[in-house]
Amino acid sequence: MSKRYAMGDIEVHALRKVSLTVERGEFLAVMGASGSGKSTLMHIIGCLDVPTSGRYWLDGVDVRLLEENMLSRVRNRKIGFVFQSFNLIPRTSALANVELPLTYAGVGAKDRRRRALAALEAVGLGDRKDHQPSEMSGGQQQRAAVARAIATNPAILLADEPTGNLDSAATAEMMGIFARLNAEGRTVVVITHEPEVAGFAGRVVRLRDGEIVDDHRQARRAGR
Amino acid sequence: MNGLENVRISLRGLAANKLRSGLTVLGVLIGVGAVIVLVAVGTGSSQAVQNRLKALGTNTITILNRGRFGRGPSTTGTQTQAASITTSDVKDLEDRTQAPDIATVSPVLSTSLTGTYGSATYATTVTGTTPTYIGAEDYQIAGGRNITAADVTAHSQVVVLGQTVVSNLFSPGVNPIGQQVQFGSARFSVVGVLAAKGSSSAGQNQDDVAIVPYTAAQDQLTGYATSFSELIVQSTSAQTIDAAEQEAASVLASDNRTTTANLPFTIINQGSLESASASTNQTFTVLLGAVAAISLLVGGIGIMNIMLVTVTERTREVGIRKAIGAPKSAILSQFLTEAVLLSLIGGLAGVAAGLIGSRFRIVGVTPVVAPTSIFEAFAVSVAIGVFFGFYPAHRAASLSPIDALRYE
Repeated sequence: MSKRYAMGDIEVHALRKVSLTVERGEFLAVMGASGSGKSTLMHIIGCLDVPTSGRYWLDGVDVRLLEENMLSRVRNRKIGFVFQSFNLIPRTSALANVELPLTYAGVGAKDRRRRALAALEAVGLGDRKDHQPSEMSGGQQQRAAVARAIATNPAILLADEPTGNLDSAATAEMMGIFARLNAEGRTVVVITHEPEVAGFAGRVVRLRDGEIVDDHRQARRAGR
Repeated sequence: MNGLENVRISLRGLAANKLRSGLTVLGVLIGVGAVIVLVAVGTGSSQAVQNRLKALGTNTITILNRGRFGRGPSTTGTQTQAASITTSDVKDLEDRTQAPDIATVSPVLSTSLTGTYGSATYATTVTGTTPTYIGAEDYQIAGGRNITAADVTAHSQVVVLGQTVVSNLFSPGVNPIGQQVQFGSARFSVVGVLAAKGSSSAGQNQDDVAIVPYTAAQDQLTGYATSFSELIVQSTSAQTIDAAEQEAASVLASDNRTTTANLPFTIINQGSLESASASTNQTFTVLLGAVAAISLLVGGIGIMNIMLVTVTERTREVGIRKAIGAPKSAILSQFLTEAVLLSLIGGLAGVAAGLIGSRFRIVGVTPVVAPTSIFEAFAVSVAIGVFFGFYPAHRAASLSPIDALRYE
């Protein structure tokens, strides 16, 4: 698939005829310099954006054929996002943030609370549930974001430079969480330019100027 | 995503910017409060005027001797002589065959005089008239009796006093009835006292009167005059007042050998006065309501303004919500709920403020709250929330998730 943007008069080719198949349960790292098209790739995988040409099948469904509300449902149920800048809703407790996707999924209040608490426990934030984003460290915020991403129990976890704003200790912790979630059967796609982060993945794809220049499998570094 | 959940999320959004939300609410509050108070003031003043006109009696016609005021078209042609209302005019108006719709005719001859009782003196208006005057002017006898036709025929020096005159001439506890009061060089015995009536629509103290038979007034007070200063004519009912006015005009015209158009008198019909003032008040109320409605509209624009700012500020938040699966409808209803909550809170507070404001007298008017104005102002404020909230909410809901996420 390809993706082109018009930036003023100049047409930017963010992705040029990229062909990629991600298997269920894979731990994939996408690497590349900034501007290589990796974020665009992730937006397309995450159903936030659609390719200009070519197709994207998610779970056997051609995403192009889905209308907007269906895309919202897909993002809600099948995909969990983790962003570089955490992207928690400000002035809202960790618990409420994690409950949010469940709210949009139409889960009842009691069930929602139970599942959100379980997700927070899973990332080791059970004792921080009433803290607002501004009251948490970067590592804690990112763990809350992961808890939010897994709250609806999606099959795919997409992380865009999840460790970009974290120190090395928090990075190791975060990647340990990703490794564990992958071990539980989730497909994990991590975009990064840090080799040690990519080291946790079982497969590494390198992008340069919108093209895949390398795609290899590797032995995974074990989580802590 | 149920409604209660929506309200909870929206309230949190509003609470995050308390000052801003508060000021927006204040805009709606002022609008709604203003509508309620100003419409209440309009209704109140209209009711006050109606009540005062009703007190005047809706079936009375006042005929003024225009010459007394030195104005009017009596200078046209040969009509330059000072026409005056005479006893023969009164007699003709009382004639049932000529004027079947006229019930009573009360001639009025008034003069300002100082009354003296013992050492107390008080200047008042002495009105020489007939017994029907009291009924026509809507006075009540509080004690004693009215002047009678026999008093008029006999030129009796009797007087009926208004409350103001009583309180100025007599010490409290003294029964004025049977006492003698000196007016000018004549002594009048008090036969009755009027009940208090208050001020007229023109602001005149209607209790500052002394009513005597006009014959006695001519004898003792004004010097023998053949003419009256005015006539108070009562029609047989409120429905016949216009017919009575026509009859009075034609009787007076034939008595003065002129046409009704050139009549040297001014005829004031209370019925037409009332309907004229009713329509004036209607206009007044509508005008006040319109001014208030404009402020409500401005409040609505305030909501739209603040919601646009909010949406812009929270573009990134919208992106996050969309990324984690919020459908368009959820974003739309979230922002719409915020706008409606702003206007709803403003509307409720405005109703409260309007009701409190309407308890005070405003520019001399006691406001009368119209229940419909409360309901309407409230409903309009909520509708304004929906109307002015929809565009910003729609804008938020239509944001593309990646553009929203990239927004800094």
